[in-house]
Amino acid sequence: MNFLKRTIPLIIAFVMGVTMALQYYVPHEVSQSLLKVVSRWGITIGGFAVFLGAYSLFHLHLTKIKRKLPGWGYSTFVFLGAGITIVFGLYNGGEFFWQDKQEGTMFEWIYFNVQVPAGATMFSILAFFMASAAYRTFRARTNEATILLIAAIIVMLGRVPIGTMISQYLPIAADWIMSVPNMAAKRGILIGVSIGAIATSLKIIFGIERAYLGGGD
Amino acid sequence: MYNLPNILISTVFVFFCAFPVFAAGGKTLIPPTDFEAYDTPSDNGKGVSLRWPASPSESIDTEYVVFVSRNIDAPFVTEALRINSQTMYEDNSDFKYHYAEIDPENILRKSSAQNNQIRKKEKYYFKLAITSGSSIVETGKLASALPKSDWFDWKKLNNFVLMISFVALVLFFINHARKSPNLFIRKISGLDAIDEALGRATEMGKPALFVHGLNGMGSISTIAAVNILGKIAFRIAEYDTTLKVANIDPIVMSVSQEVVKESYMEAGRPDAYVEDNIFLAASEQFPYVAAVSGIMVREKPATNFFMGYFYAESLILAETGANTGAIQIAATDSYTQLPFFITTCDYTLIGEELYAASAYLSREPLLLGSLRAQDIGKGILIVALVVGTILTTLGVGFVSYLFMAG
Repeated sequence: MNFLKRTIPLIIAFVMGVTMALQYYVPHEVSQSLLKVVSRWGITIGGFAVFLGAYSLFHLHLTKIKRKLPGWGYSTFVFLGAGITIVFGLYNGGEFFWQDKQEGTMFEWIYFNVQVPAGATMFSILAFFMASAAYRTFRARTNEATILLIAAIIVMLGRVPIGTMISQYLPIAADWIMSVPNMAAKRGILIGVSIGAIATSLKIIFGIERAYLGGGD
Repeated sequence: MYNLPNILISTVFVFFCAFPVFAAGGKTLIPPTDFEAYDTPSDNGKGVSLRWPASPSESIDTEYVVFVSRNIDAPFVTEALRINSQTMYEDNSDFKYHYAEIDPENILRKSSAQNNQIRKKEKYYFKLAITSGSSIVETGKLASALPKSDWFDWKKLNNFVLMISFVALVLFFINHARKSPNLFIRKISGLDAIDEALGRATEMGKPALFVHGLNGMGSISTIAAVNILGKIAFRIAEYDTTLKVANIDPIVMSVSQEVVKESYMEAGRPDAYVEDNIFLAASEQFPYVAAVSGIMVREKPATNFFMGYFYAESLILAETGANTGAIQIAATDSYTQLPFFITTCDYTLIGEELYAASAYLSREPLLLGSLRAQDIGKGILIVALVVGTILTTLGVGFVSYLFMAG
């Protein structure tokens, strides 16, 4: 059992890790074909995993409804929404699902008039959260927060026409903050992240990091 | 005896044969003096590189046209390339040479009726012409090339050497850690606070919520997040608290279920594991945000963990969590979202600290060894940056070529 759960996955991780790392340096068409095949495997596995996800989602909400857990009424919307969308998706404007996807169907209408606006609504909430987060950060309780506040005021004013009206140097100062100290910090983080990502990949390839397999050893 | 039209035609013919120059709208078209085609180096065997010197006739309304054929004797009718004469200059040639890479097989297949016919590798012939309006003048030279597949991309040699060096460095320090396991690792307060945060959840009788970003299992940050999840699940099982893991990706969900289950078993509490607590909340970004925010508002988890790669949802999730009064610990390598987490969370692990978390929490010497290698790697890069900056300022630019992307 340990052989199947640990050894085999570690061997696969090692072989595929080394192969795909070397594949990056080999432009030969054999190498390109391998990349295509492996990418297709990923898509295929992802396709099967959708069923696992759907099972988890429906099972969770069905349990909530059955046990009348607090907020179970919201769970009925999961079945309602999914049911209506699946029915219209399969109906496919009268051509049924095995035909090519049809234009102007009810399925499309649901997507563009329900899902897209609902997503946009959630996204728009971000503006309000940004204001409250900015208020909390810019209270200037520490030296760092004060520097952040001053830098933010310069950048915000430098990016709008009123900034130029206050001083012609504000946009220049804003550009300098963005392209020098901000860029330097960003690149510093990126270099650290890249080295960390490579080291983590190596630990996985060589089987040193195996927590993702479950358990600690 | 003399036919006037014939004399005119003959004169024009002789003129064009003798002088490959054509007057168009008062302007002469002078074709490039040279034209070469060769196999594109370090490619998949489909590319042919074309190179020719700039013509003195280049202007905004003149174009270069390259014709391709499989047969040297066949007419050159298929256009392989048509560009404005003042574009596609070869790098570092000071506008003196043009350079283009084309896929002749693909071009010929598209223009041919036998679209799907697979052909063996063969030589291609190219003819270059300069054109303006209806006038066209061909270069006298015919170029040919046979594309070949290569087994190594020499443009990536520097990258390969750096990769091998870093691999050697990591393996050396992992081996070193085996011999001397007491490596120093600096304090990461965000990870030290995990116990405190879980203790608070236990005292309050509220669940802890774990969110591992939007990326799939192919992302290193998600793997790092899952590694941390295993450690957190172990402590949660010991404390007998509820852990909820809201997923956006079904594969990440399956892996998380397995990891949490194993951690509960390792802690001797397999009975406390509830599979429904590691669930798929939604499969798209903003429905996921709505679902997780709803959980935070309704169930009021005492502790929220945001570990992995985040996009625009980071602030909505973290701000909602802050409003519910939860202790929040975030770890992300997404530098665009870091300011939002720093603003709204109690502790934030920045960038590479996300990858170091697993080693920090487990204190396994082998994992700690790789952290030392990371630090040495960063030290080398800092030295290269400083030395490279000084040398480039002094006019010596070879260091930048060493780190140039292929």
